[in-house]
Amino acid sequence: MDALLPVANVLGRLLSIFSLAYLMPIGAAIFYNDGTTAEFVAAMIISLGGGLMLFGVTRSHYRELKPRDGFLLVSTVWALMAAIATIPLLLVYDTMSFTDAFFETMSGLTTTGATVMTHLDGAPPAINLWRHELNWLGGMGIIVLAVAVLPMLGVGGMQLYKAETPGPMKDAKLTARIADTAKALWLVYVGMTIACAALLHQAGLSWLDAVCHAFAAMSLGGFSTRDASVGAFDDPMVEFILIIFMVIAAMNFATHFLAVRSRDLRTYWRDLEVRGVIGLIALSCFGVALYVWMEGTFEDYPTALRHVSFNLVSIGLSSGFVSQDYEKWPVFAPLWMMFLANITCSSGSTGGGIKMIRTLILAKQANRELTRLVHPAVVNPVKVGGSAIPNNVVIAVLGFIFLYFMSVVMLTFVLILSGLDFISALGAIVGSITNAGPGLGVVGPSSNYAVLTDFQTWVCSFTMLLGRLEVLSLAVVFTPQFWRK
Amino acid sequence: MKIIILGAGQVGTSVAESLVSEANDITVVDNDVEHLNALQERLDLRVVSGNAAAPSVLEAAGAQDADLLIAVTQSDQTNLCACRVAKTLFNTPTRIARLRSADYAEHPELLNDSNFAVDHSICPEQIVTDYIRKLIEFPEALQVLEFAEGMVTMIAVKAFEGGLLVGKPLKTIPQRLPNIDARVAAIFRRDQSIVPSGDTIIESGDEVFIIAATSHIRKVMTELRRMDKPIKRVIIAGGGNIGFRLARAIENTFNVKLIERDRRRAEVLAGQLSRALVLRGDGTDEALLDSESIEETDMFLALTNDEEDNIMSASLAKQMGARRTLALINRKSYVDLVQGGRIDIAISPAQTSIGQLLARVRRGDVAAVHSLRRGAAEALEVIAHGDAKHCKVIGRRIEEIDLPEGATIAAIVRNTGQSRTEYKELVPYEVPIHEVIMAHHDTVIRAEDHVIVFCTSKKLVSQVEKLFQVGWGFF
Repeated sequence: MDALLPVANVLGRLLSIFSLAYLMPIGAAIFYNDGTTAEFVAAMIISLGGGLMLFGVTRSHYRELKPRDGFLLVSTVWALMAAIATIPLLLVYDTMSFTDAFFETMSGLTTTGATVMTHLDGAPPAINLWRHELNWLGGMGIIVLAVAVLPMLGVGGMQLYKAETPGPMKDAKLTARIADTAKALWLVYVGMTIACAALLHQAGLSWLDAVCHAFAAMSLGGFSTRDASVGAFDDPMVEFILIIFMVIAAMNFATHFLAVRSRDLRTYWRDLEVRGVIGLIALSCFGVALYVWMEGTFEDYPTALRHVSFNLVSIGLSSGFVSQDYEKWPVFAPLWMMFLANITCSSGSTGGGIKMIRTLILAKQANRELTRLVHPAVVNPVKVGGSAIPNNVVIAVLGFIFLYFMSVVMLTFVLILSGLDFISALGAIVGSITNAGPGLGVVGPSSNYAVLTDFQTWVCSFTMLLGRLEVLSLAVVFTPQFWRK
Repeated sequence: MKIIILGAGQVGTSVAESLVSEANDITVVDNDVEHLNALQERLDLRVVSGNAAAPSVLEAAGAQDADLLIAVTQSDQTNLCACRVAKTLFNTPTRIARLRSADYAEHPELLNDSNFAVDHSICPEQIVTDYIRKLIEFPEALQVLEFAEGMVTMIAVKAFEGGLLVGKPLKTIPQRLPNIDARVAAIFRRDQSIVPSGDTIIESGDEVFIIAATSHIRKVMTELRRMDKPIKRVIIAGGGNIGFRLARAIENTFNVKLIERDRRRAEVLAGQLSRALVLRGDGTDEALLDSESIEETDMFLALTNDEEDNIMSASLAKQMGARRTLALINRKSYVDLVQGGRIDIAISPAQTSIGQLLARVRRGDVAAVHSLRRGAAEALEVIAHGDAKHCKVIGRRIEEIDLPEGATIAAIVRNTGQSRTEYKELVPYEVPIHEVIMAHHDTVIRAEDHVIVFCTSKKLVSQVEKLFQVGWGFF
């Protein structure tokens, strides 16, 4: 309990601040007069009151958090926020169970974008805005988590990025450093979101749709205000804008920050991950488009390229917008998209999966072992961006990747045991752990997660959090050593 | 000339050896007394022991009236500091420093008179690396030397039975190499020099020095020897300063493997090289060479600091099937022992790297000096100054020039008086056009010509220099 109470104190503070987030849906509810104002005000009061109470009760336990407390904090913060954020949903929809509401908010905050809700087109604007705001706030949290917290904790080899955290960091206290880093990166994030929303509005979307989709694109969340997702607009320009901003969001925000600060576009070229992301995505788009076109899914190549690009970028970068029922395409295409979701996004982005840096290290390590077989005396450290990576980092990365894929396999088994068919189970788990959203089969692009049983829904909620927190940070909280003194 | 040499290491010793015979007054400074005593016994020079950068030591070495300071200690910092001290306290006219680290060379402003006051800097490791690199590009050559800023190249090759050169008089060469103006500058047969004339017939085993415009040299090589398949696979034994620089310079052109004994050094190398394969092990380890398919290696380079090791590993590599082997060997006696046998090319790092230094010391206007056959012979690039009245070479045909026996004029590089416009960052500037003229008996030398002279013996060098000096009346 020694660790729990100081963490609870911080949680209380965060919760109080989080209650401010209700201001946006309250504003929307008043503006659109959709009759949900009272519910959101009530939710805000509960959230603020709960937060202040938690803060007050644990005040005597306040202390500066240690790096180890970070694991507990990040795990509980996501779970608690998701739980609190269900209040307006539960108040507005009295038929909605807590299980479903929690899934929905967890999906929002982990930027997964899987939904159990239908008739979104007719839902109150405030509810839609709230869902998308959760996406966006989750993205903010992840940027700090990925750029500052995980490197500090050294999760899965991410200490690599410790040295590259931008901002005034030398000799500064850890907390001050995280705060400054976060502010700088959020500024980039907010700026990009505004640009995206403005462009989407320019392309013909209503302000509500534009803002909501900008939130979901920059956070790589993938919520939509429509049941048919982005397919409802059927507008190549909208799809193009979203592709651009999703690719931007899939790059390390620290790189964006450096590029903005130095006003030098070459910053992007120097980032190995950016090259990896763009190369892999571009190659996949043209290749898969060619494949589905030759298989006869589309009449002509440009149409194939348009639809493949949007859906592949969306799923491959773990966003989750959909414009077509891609499950009707030859099976290679959706499976390849799901595979990309696991490996493509940069570290320090809002995307999910194992991250491009680990993919590159994994590939280089494999190549290293192959070279060693032919040249037993070889000395060939794994190199990223021209500098050698210490072996312990490589081992940490391998350990992480092993745990990640074992999680996929085991959780898929759990869903199969609970009665789901194999393709749907795998699709649901991969869609959840990568924070992409849509899966395959019964949870595929043309339907949603509402068909799952309560147990399966909880498994998916847990999987989303597991993927979001890079497996290890959540898993460590469940180990006995963590609690031992 | 009064010269102070700081540092009695390989470079310092070689410089001293080369200069001591040329009527120079030499003082060598080092902090290793035993080393200095050995040097003093062998050569006619003065020694001073102590910290080479200390004013008192420089004063004791006679810096007040020295003409030239050559700072070639192992430490860049000492060399830089000594130059500054010599300039400030003793106003030594010319100061040359050895700078091993490329860092300093990247900031030339550090070396000007208001800072470290270095007139010329040399990096022996880089010179040796460049030299070896040229040998890899012309694998048949024993030596590749450049004159006149790379316009003229001289190569040394070994003539072999059935080759183009062997068995026919030299005057038939132009018929066999149409459109190429090349000249045989010298021939060494069993270490004895033969003055080439039109009737000379080359025998197999002769070492032949051929000079031509650089743009022609590859053609000459192709004609001369049936080009074996070009070099592709290179193994370097020894990841020291030279081995690393070379590996980095050629790793994108050739398939390079670098063998290094020390594990930590190997890790550093592997971190800095991108394509070369770094292997940890010993260049003399048969099993390692075998597993790295030495028999398919086109060139094996033994570049460790240990010359005995280099000889052993290169010999072993040759025996195991490496096509061509090269070893760094400093001792002249070793070179004569092994070169031409199992080891195709022996390079003395010290001899190779001091050419630039020697050019600075020489009288007259010497633009380049290359030491040949491990210092036994020398090739000079001299600039002819003055006019026909005061200079013994200008305005005369080559056959009229009173060259000492054993010295030959091989080629001339002449400013044509025309120029072409080139652009550097959009700013136009004029580049004078030079032409390369192969020396014939009736070629007339003009003022400002760069004349490339081949001396079969080092003793001739000072006579040649005197010949090119402008008489007093000219000034």
